[in-house]
Amino acid sequence: MSESRLRVSDSEGVTLIEFVDRNILDEANIQAINEEITGEIEKSSTPRLLISFSNVDHLSSAALGALITINNKIKEKSGELHLANIDPQIYEVFVITRLNKLFNIHDTTDEARAAFAG
Amino acid sequence: MSDPNTHVEGARPIELAHDREAISTLIETLLDQAEKVGYGSSAIFAIRLAIEEAITNAFEHGHEGLSPDLTISVEYRVSPQIIEIAIEDQGPGFSPEALPDPTLLENLSKPSGRGVMLMKAYMSEVDFNSRGNRVRMRYFNPGS
Repeated sequence: MSESRLRVSDSEGVTLIEFVDRNILDEANIQAINEEITGEIEKSSTPRLLISFSNVDHLSSAALGALITINNKIKEKSGELHLANIDPQIYEVFVITRLNKLFNIHDTTDEARAAFAG
Repeated sequence: MSDPNTHVEGARPIELAHDREAISTLIETLLDQAEKVGYGSSAIFAIRLAIEEAITNAFEHGHEGLSPDLTISVEYRVSPQIIEIAIEDQGPGFSPEALPDPTLLENLSKPSGRGVMLMKAYMSEVDFNSRGNRVRMRYFNPGS
């Protein structure tokens, strides 16, 4: 099995996912990340995921696509996805693509945790 | 209609394989040159994003269904005033005007279709040849 591209931890019913890589750009890496997060989604009947971008300097449209796929899978299971710690330059990419309207984005993981329902 | 010139004048074409290490080396070499002649961090962010998107498009979409061994051709020129990058794939080409607007509400949940819009958002100019298998991007240094 290949090395994990993620750090995953569970706390108070929320799965926190952080990235190992600073750059989430190439297809193979993004596919591996997508598969790992999908595995986390499949573990729960109503997944509650918090993805932190604290280590991330760059991401591509393919990475945004993977996030959308993940969001769609979580919605299918009536779960929740929140994003946090997004660098201002990367947040600008979310704004340009209007994906800031699709995702629940928070400044910090603490704020994101507080935003989960129930 | 004549084909618009989408080459980088005076640049030597580089054949680039679909290999992550080779792609990263080319991009880092270009960005190192850009930093040395005075491009700031927001310019470097923009150029990295645009070239990553253009190279991904060339291999993933331009060469879709073709041999994975096909190379793409990259031309670039870095000066203190302007960075020009042209990327050509060996595929049949596509029509950039036909791409749906990914920012429309009905398209927001679709996982693909944002590469070209990001290239256009972050670069000063983006031009395709008439076949749609070569793109030339220009970035004018705002600090020059």
